[in-house]
Amino acid sequence: MPAKASRAAFGEALLELAATDPRLVTVDADLSKSTMTAAFAKAYPDRAFNVGIAESNLLGIGAGLALTGRVPFVCSFACFLAGRFETIRVSIAYTRAGVKLVGTHAGIAIGEDGYSQMGLEDIACIRALPNIPVVQPADEVETKQAVAYAVEHDGPFYLRLTRQALEPVSPPGYRFRLGKAVVLRPGADVAILATGGTVANSLEAARRLAADGIGVEVVNVASIKPLDEELILRSAGKTGHVVTVEDHSLAGGLGGAVAELLGEALPTPLKRLGVQGFGESGPAQGLYAKHGLDPAGIASSIVKFLDR
Amino acid sequence: MAPSDIKQVEAIARACRVQIIRMLAHAGSGHPGGSLSVIDLLTTLFVNRLRIDPGRPDWPDRDRVVLSKGHCVPALYCVMAKAGFLPEAELLTLRKLGSRLQGHPDRAALPGIEAATGSLGQGLSLSLGMALGLRLAGSPARVYCIMGDGETQEGQVWEAAMAGPKLGQPTHPLDNLCVILDYNGIQLDGFVRKIMDLEPVVEKWRSFGWPVLEIDGHEVRQIDKALDQAAATRGTPTFIVAHTVKGKGVSFMENDPEWHGKAPKPGEAIRAIREILAVSEAAWDEYLKTDHATAEIVAELQRLGRA
Repeated sequence: MPAKASRAAFGEALLELAATDPRLVTVDADLSKSTMTAAFAKAYPDRAFNVGIAESNLLGIGAGLALTGRVPFVCSFACFLAGRFETIRVSIAYTRAGVKLVGTHAGIAIGEDGYSQMGLEDIACIRALPNIPVVQPADEVETKQAVAYAVEHDGPFYLRLTRQALEPVSPPGYRFRLGKAVVLRPGADVAILATGGTVANSLEAARRLAADGIGVEVVNVASIKPLDEELILRSAGKTGHVVTVEDHSLAGGLGGAVAELLGEALPTPLKRLGVQGFGESGPAQGLYAKHGLDPAGIASSIVKFLDR
Repeated sequence: MAPSDIKQVEAIARACRVQIIRMLAHAGSGHPGGSLSVIDLLTTLFVNRLRIDPGRPDWPDRDRVVLSKGHCVPALYCVMAKAGFLPEAELLTLRKLGSRLQGHPDRAALPGIEAATGSLGQGLSLSLGMALGLRLAGSPARVYCIMGDGETQEGQVWEAAMAGPKLGQPTHPLDNLCVILDYNGIQLDGFVRKIMDLEPVVEKWRSFGWPVLEIDGHEVRQIDKALDQAAATRGTPTFIVAHTVKGKGVSFMENDPEWHGKAPKPGEAIRAIREILAVSEAAWDEYLKTDHATAEIVAELQRLGRA
């Protein structure tokens, strides 16, 4: 299976599901070519709505559609959705409107467009709201399952997707379930909890460290909220060292969520890898190297963390 | 609407005004000014017009009322109680710990509330989505969105204003949506025209493509006629500018920004109720001997004052 952007997998899943589920509609704010709902709009012009560049209105219209029996996928860049936090907070979360928020272009991996287009604080913002699960799939298979799951989930849902292609990482027969993480590779010395676009790099780092005799467990945490507390505590207890890896601000993302859990339930040495400060323009690979999110950066952080 | 029906709506609106004052006095906080300016609009909607069934608050084909100016929810609770969505006695739980009657509407707390509002400027977008969703479902239900004047200073309102006449066209135009502006001219910090003037209101909405009707928002006959006209309009949602008086019915609250968000003390509440019922101070004691329900409310407020 070739690498595929999770936004592209989302667009395909939507088309597939829409064929048998007339409740599905999309609402976009002039980014449907980027959020990959354009194919759905072409196939179902009566069920695809483009409100122009007006994200607050986008969110409110989505909420109204959800409250009248539709299953609306409300799509924009992750940063533009989270930027209208107050509308998500009241019209969707507090109203209990079953909007499926789809934030694409997550993280510094979007590269050249620079900081203003990068979703870097969306997990932190939306995670703070009661009632909205936060899910970031790591490859095509997981994305398609998460989209199907979101349709059936009673209530709002946040799906964080990437612009860049993602290598397949899910094990054969994998089923996405909310609140469940999956161990992709077992290891005894340190546990990497990774999400989204950084999962494949974490696996590669683990392979390199294995050659140096360091056993790295790699866990794909697609369900950032709710967390799979049981699995994470088991990995932390077994390895005694936890590293989180994400293409998101260091504040409040997966690393923050894991720190909250471990701090209360099982204090464990923790290293959070993510984005510091604002992002900037540049090739994605160069940005990942700069922020230590490429395999070499992850591996060297782990060596340092373990003091080997 | 027949003259007798108008009289009935007026009587219910008067009773709701009394309840609003009573509720706020017991809560010790809240927004009397805007609740009193919007109550005639809400009563005209709820009495014999809305397609609702209090026994089935989740009926898919029910009409929706989105009170975008959520701080005036005491007025909505009152008409909902009259319609049978909650017992009238529950009105006194407003703003109390554990109450279904939150200080601003909470859809999950009280069946019949259609949206959480109060973060101003969000209700119109929600209403557009509801109207579109109902059209897509082939439902005959209508959506009524009531906005405050001050809240139309929010940018999101103008995103929604731009979209309203265009969304769903041409197959699903939102002619099932009626927006009512409670234009009472006062917001929290003072007079709207001094803080950030909205004028020219009618021209603004017309230029965004809305048919606009202008009415006196306290005249039941005019409200009713405008709602009829909106319901008969095809191909586009309708915008009604309802000119109202903040604090309407209580002399010392009318047109005074102080009463935007301040609850009456028990003594003030009793005086307000007397004015709402149009009884002179001299005739008040005699009047209370004939109106036992009001006498009970007054006695209860007197006890509250002594407590």
